[in-house]
Amino acid sequence: MKFLSEFQDPDSARRILDEIRRTVTKPWVIMEICGGQTHAIVRSGIDRLLPSQIELVHGPGCPVCVTPLELIDKAIAIASRPNVIFASFGDMLRVPGSRKDLFVVKSEGGDVRVVYSPLDAVRIARAHPDKQVVFFAVGFETTAPGNAMAVVQAERERLTNFSLLVSHVLVPPAMQALLRSPLNRVQAYLAAGHVCTVMGWKQYEPISSQFRVPIVVTGFEPIDLLAGILAAVRQLESSRASVENQYARAVNREGNAVAQETVDRVFEIADRKWRGIGVIPQSGLCFRPEFASFDAERRFVVHEIEVAEPAECISGLILQGLKKPHECSAFGARCTPQTPLGATMVSSEGACAAYYSFQRNRSISSH
Amino acid sequence: MMHDLIGRLFRWAFDNPTLNRMDDQAVLALDSNRIAVSTDSFVIDPLFFPGGDIGELAVYGTVNDVAMCGAKPLYLTAGFIIEEGFSLSDLQTIVVSMRDAAHACGVTIVTGDTKVVNKGKGDKLFINTTGIGIIGHDFVISGSNLQPDDVIILSGSIAEHGIAVLSKREGLTFETSIVSDAAPLHELVQVMIAAGGNGIHAMRDPTRGGVAATLNELASSSHVGIRVIEKAVPVQSAVASACGLLGLDPLHVANEGKLIAAVSPASADRVLAAMRAHPRGANAAIIGSVTAADPGRVQLQTILGSWRILDMPVGEQLPRIC
Repeated sequence: MKFLSEFQDPDSARRILDEIRRTVTKPWVIMEICGGQTHAIVRSGIDRLLPSQIELVHGPGCPVCVTPLELIDKAIAIASRPNVIFASFGDMLRVPGSRKDLFVVKSEGGDVRVVYSPLDAVRIARAHPDKQVVFFAVGFETTAPGNAMAVVQAERERLTNFSLLVSHVLVPPAMQALLRSPLNRVQAYLAAGHVCTVMGWKQYEPISSQFRVPIVVTGFEPIDLLAGILAAVRQLESSRASVENQYARAVNREGNAVAQETVDRVFEIADRKWRGIGVIPQSGLCFRPEFASFDAERRFVVHEIEVAEPAECISGLILQGLKKPHECSAFGARCTPQTPLGATMVSSEGACAAYYSFQRNRSISSH
Repeated sequence: MMHDLIGRLFRWAFDNPTLNRMDDQAVLALDSNRIAVSTDSFVIDPLFFPGGDIGELAVYGTVNDVAMCGAKPLYLTAGFIIEEGFSLSDLQTIVVSMRDAAHACGVTIVTGDTKVVNKGKGDKLFINTTGIGIIGHDFVISGSNLQPDDVIILSGSIAEHGIAVLSKREGLTFETSIVSDAAPLHELVQVMIAAGGNGIHAMRDPTRGGVAATLNELASSSHVGIRVIEKAVPVQSAVASACGLLGLDPLHVANEGKLIAAVSPASADRVLAAMRAHPRGANAAIIGSVTAADPGRVQLQTILGSWRILDMPVGEQLPRIC
C-alpha cells in the first residue's frame, strides 16, 4: 500500500542506518518533539538500532501528558453535572484527575462520549438542545483548527448549548523554553510533522538561527524517523543549523492558510501551564473576547483547584529530556499505566508509558 | 403479549425435538465421557456490524471457545435479556441469524431463557450462550500446555472484527469496506487435529485484546516465553491503514474467526499445510516460537529487526488525539 508500507521497509531502514553510522563521528543529543514520534521510535526499536553516539531524548509533544491536572479536574466537575453531555477524544478518558477519571464519571452515570471530531460534538449539541454539550479541546496546533471550526459552526447555527473546555498549547514556545534552560542538552530537533502540516515550518526558522540548532520536520513512520535523524546528524556533523523538511509529502513552508486563519479568528495567544513543566509565556491559546461565551470555564464556573504533583514524579525532567523513564526509581514499580504518578505515564504517547509498554525489561538486547 | 410473541419466535426459529418438549431442561445423550463446556455473554454495541450481528457472534463465539480444546461442539443454550421496547423485527433478524449460524456449525440450540427488562435497565439486547461438545481424542490441548520450541501458528489476517465494529459505533463512523471475520473454527480445528495429532499443544481464539492478549495469556499459563516476528503476522492493508488512522495496534484489536495454535516443531509443517487447505486457514502463517527463557513474557521482533515487549493491552483501546 502506498504511503505506508514503503515507509516501513526494512531494507530502506538498513540503508539509512548504515548511512547514519558512516556520518556520525561525535556524540549528539537529538530531541523528537512529538509523543507520536516517541511512541513510534520506541515501538519500532529505532532507539536501540542507532549508533551509541546518538542519544534520542523525548520531548513534551504529548497533549495528554502536558494537560494540567487542574484541567482534568475541571473536566470531571463539568462532566459530572446532570444536564451535561461531555464529549472528548478517547485518550483523555483514562487520564486520572486528583480523585477519579472521566471513565469513572461515566460509570457513575455521567454522559461522557468519545468522539473523533469536535464537529461530532456540534452535531450532538444540535440533536440535544435541552442539554449543555461540552467538548474537551485538548491538543497542539494539530487539533486547534478543528476546534476553532466547531466554534465557528456553532456560532453560525446560533447553538447556545455548546462550549469548549480549552487546553491548547503551542510547540515553538516550548522548543524555545527548552533551549533557553541552563540545563538544556538538546542539540537538534525533529519537529512534529503533523503540527507542520497545519503551521508550515516558517515559524522554526528564527528558532533555528537564533539558537544555532538544526530542526528537521519529520514524519511518523520508521523510515521518516530514520531519515529525519540522518538529516539532523548531517547538519550537526557539518556545523550547520537550518530548517529542513523530511516530511515533504505532507508539509510545505507556509502550512494550511485556511486552518491558520480559522484558529486566529477564534483563539488568541496566551500564557499556558504545561503539566510537569509549569507556565510557559505565550505558549497556548485561549478564546478571543468575542467568542468568550463558548468558554466552558466561564459557563460552568469551575473554581480553580490547585493540585500538587506527586513529589516522586520526575516527568518534568523527562519532558525536558534531562532524564530517561527507566532512570526513575518509581518506574514500573510504584508508577505504571494503571497507577500513573504523573504526566508521562498517563498517555500511550508519554515517554514513560512507551518505555513501560515496549522496553520495561531493558535487558532485552538481541537474540 | 410481548412474551408470547418472543416465545413463538424462538420456537419457530430454533425448532428441534429437544427444545419442542418445552421442559425446564434439555436431556442429552452424548457419545463420550469427555465433555467440553463453555459459556459467554454477548453485549456488543452495535448489534449489527459489517459482516455479522450479535446473534451470529453469540453462536460462533461459544462454538469456537468449545472447539479450542479440540472438542466437537454439539449443543448450545441461549439466554436473552431484552430491553423493553426493543424492535421485534430486529430481534427476528438476530434470531434467524442465530438459527442459520447454528445450522452452519451443526449445533442444536436445545434450551433457552428470555427476560424482558424495563426500559433503561439494559442496552437493547444481551445474549448468553453455553456450548457443549465432546472430545474424541485422548491427549490434552490446553493453554497451559505450551512447550519450549513449539511453533506458534496464526490462522489468518488479524484485527478485522474490531475495526469493522468500531467503524459503525455511534460517533465514530468512517467509510470502510472492512468486514468482521466472525466465523466458526471447529472444522479447522478438526482438520488440524487430523494432521497434527498430539503435536497440537494449545489453541485459543484471539478475541478481546487481540493476538497480543492471547499470547500473553498463553505465555503466562504455560510459564514459557513467546517470540513473535512482526512481519510474519498477516494484516490486510485496509486494516493496517484504519489502525494507523485510529492509532490502534492491530495486535491489540479483536478477532472473531481466527485461532492461534502452539504446535510441536515436528508436526508444524503438516498442520500448517492442512490449515492452508481449509478456507478458514487459507492465510495461516507461522508467526513465532516458544522459548524456555523469559517465562511469562512475549517479545516481538519489529519490522526493523530490533526486539521489544509485546504487552497486554491496558483496558479498551482508545482513539488518540492526534
